[in-house]
Amino acid sequence: MSVSLTDSAAERVKTFIEKRGKGVGVRLGVKTTGCSGMAYTIEFADVIEDSDQVFEDQGVTVIIDPKSLLYLSGIELDFTREGLNEGFKFNNPNEKDRCGCGESFTV
Amino acid sequence: MALMQISEPGMSTAPHQHRLAAGIDLGTTNSLVASVRNGLAEPLADQQGAVILPSVVHFAEQDKVLVGMSAQALALSDPLNTIASAKRVLGRSSQELAAQTKYLPFELEAGHDSVPRIRTRAGGKTAVEVSAQILRCLRQRAEETLGGELTGVVITVPAYFDDSQRQATKDAATLAGLNVFRLLNEPTAAAIAYGLDQAAEGVVVVYDLGGGTFDVSILRLRRGVFEVLATGGDSALGGDDFDQVIVQWLMQELKLDGDLEHQMMRQLMLQARTAKERLSDLEAVEINIEGMGQEALSCTLTRTQFDQLTQPLVKKSLVACRRALRDADITQEDVTEVVLVGGSTRVPAVRDAIEGFFERTAQADIDPDQVVAVGAAIQADLLAGNKPDDELLLLDVIPLSLGLETMGGLVEKVIDRNTTIPVTRAQEFTTYKDGQTAMRIHVLQGERELVSDCRSLAHFDLTGIPPMVAGAAKIRVTFQVDADGLLNVDAEEVNSGVRAQIEVKPSYGLSDNEIEKMLTDSIEYAESDIKARSLREQQVEADRVLEALDTALAKDGAELLKPDEIEKIEQCRQQLADARAQAANVDVIVAAIKALELACEEYVARRMNRSVQGMMQGHKIDEFNN
Repeated sequence: MSVSLTDSAAERVKTFIEKRGKGVGVRLGVKTTGCSGMAYTIEFADVIEDSDQVFEDQGVTVIIDPKSLLYLSGIELDFTREGLNEGFKFNNPNEKDRCGCGESFTV
Repeated sequence: MALMQISEPGMSTAPHQHRLAAGIDLGTTNSLVASVRNGLAEPLADQQGAVILPSVVHFAEQDKVLVGMSAQALALSDPLNTIASAKRVLGRSSQELAAQTKYLPFELEAGHDSVPRIRTRAGGKTAVEVSAQILRCLRQRAEETLGGELTGVVITVPAYFDDSQRQATKDAATLAGLNVFRLLNEPTAAAIAYGLDQAAEGVVVVYDLGGGTFDVSILRLRRGVFEVLATGGDSALGGDDFDQVIVQWLMQELKLDGDLEHQMMRQLMLQARTAKERLSDLEAVEINIEGMGQEALSCTLTRTQFDQLTQPLVKKSLVACRRALRDADITQEDVTEVVLVGGSTRVPAVRDAIEGFFERTAQADIDPDQVVAVGAAIQADLLAGNKPDDELLLLDVIPLSLGLETMGGLVEKVIDRNTTIPVTRAQEFTTYKDGQTAMRIHVLQGERELVSDCRSLAHFDLTGIPPMVAGAAKIRVTFQVDADGLLNVDAEEVNSGVRAQIEVKPSYGLSDNEIEKMLTDSIEYAESDIKARSLREQQVEADRVLEALDTALAKDGAELLKPDEIEKIEQCRQQLADARAQAANVDVIVAAIKALELACEEYVARRMNRSVQGMMQGHKIDEFNN
């Protein structure tokens, strides 16, 4: 059970939370939706629920609810640039298949 | 995989349903696009990292179109096919422009309809088409950067833009394939960028000194809505004038004569601008001019000298500020915030002068070139639905009144047009007949008085009303319009609690033209509508009187009235029924109602006595004394 962030992802998350002015960390999750069944979510977290699992990596608090953790165990969060676009990327060892656009996945 | 951005808690979107939104500052000289990503509103840069897109369009050979820097580079070599400052003619008619003596940096084609066309090698281009090219370029940049199609945009316009200029801006957006959530006043956008809309109330002055224009706007904030109190400014005062005074000083200092070669002049302009920009941080700068065929010239300009040179320009802007304050009928003390917009507000002397004039520190933390686009982006993000509901700021109004049908095919307006949304209004209605157990609610949109002239939005029935005499039931109908213009109508019988409701989308399927037609019709037919309304009202009243009379006669007419009395009442009854059926004249119906009421006076009195007797039967008089 581990969750990690790349250097660039950690740095960005810290900046975004700082500029937003509030938030205890970043919440990663999995939603059952999309063309391949599931989709990742990434949100600012203002509260930590009792049932949440909390991870620390490179000074960033990552919060995952227990249900999502089943799919996200061992995940690495990355921040990359593709052309003009830049954003976060999930590197998930559990992932078996993705829809063509890469917005949803199956495990 | 697709790249993701951090959403606000609970606002994650499903795949393929991203609500990408952007704010666009479509400026006279420069334009930019910004968007909220990971909770931050930031301008979006192009491949070269440049955020600012010069509002210049070049029409090249073979229908090729260049926008921005590449177009600006051709301004000298091919000036007639390179269009700048198209915003100055946007939404203006040829007649309006002819009346204006101001110099335009392009040629207009003569002999066209009211829309002026700019002459280019690609044919006559309207300002809408030129603006659409700029918007298309920004759209492309945004979609590449955000990684998807834009759901909608917020475009800013000067506060003084009239309806046709605003419409032209919208048309340009449509032409560029953009969905416009809303047009936003530039000063309002700047205020939003600083989060000033979060305050409860206040008066905000927005001082916008751009490259070629100066605008000052005074806004009043009330319950999250900005109202423009006054605007002022000078359409020929800007940063370029600051450069110009330095050029003049340089020519004097370096003893250059007035008739300089083009290239020399350009070099002077460039050096002047650089010197101005550097003087924002430095106390003095050295200016070097490469001599054309002669030795290099150099001199030093200090900030104090610069401030003296530009003082008349700064003073001119303050005069406009004073005038705007007077127009808004307020004084400096009423001002709660001052916001700086436009690159020229970086000049320390300008900032000092403003802060001195308004006696307070100005808001200047956000890059003054970007602040308008940033505010537009924040607004666009809200409108796209990327924020939790409780943070929603709304400045929108409903375009047409909403109401429901009442007896006689009349429309009772519940929410008037131009009401800011979201809004909730309730009104009470009642039953029309004794024992009525159901009511049909017919929801309508429009300004006219009769149902047949308004647009029908929805029908629904409220059933299960307990039987009561006519007028006793209390039916509260609530109209609720949410942020997206969605209307929810709820009807409830207050005594019994039975209710029914329906959701409708009022503007669905109505084009702007249709909305406009509905508005003009309502003005055009106002008089005949009022007549039609009062006629219908009297018809309804006649029906009510006839109905009540018939019920009463059937119940106790034979007992209480002599045959000749009945005959007399029947006569008047018939007259009223005829007048109502012919429906020709309001006065005839009113007179017939009066005549019938008179004829029935005695009958009514007898019925009253009888019911009082009935009530008192079996009781002692004493019981009624207290």
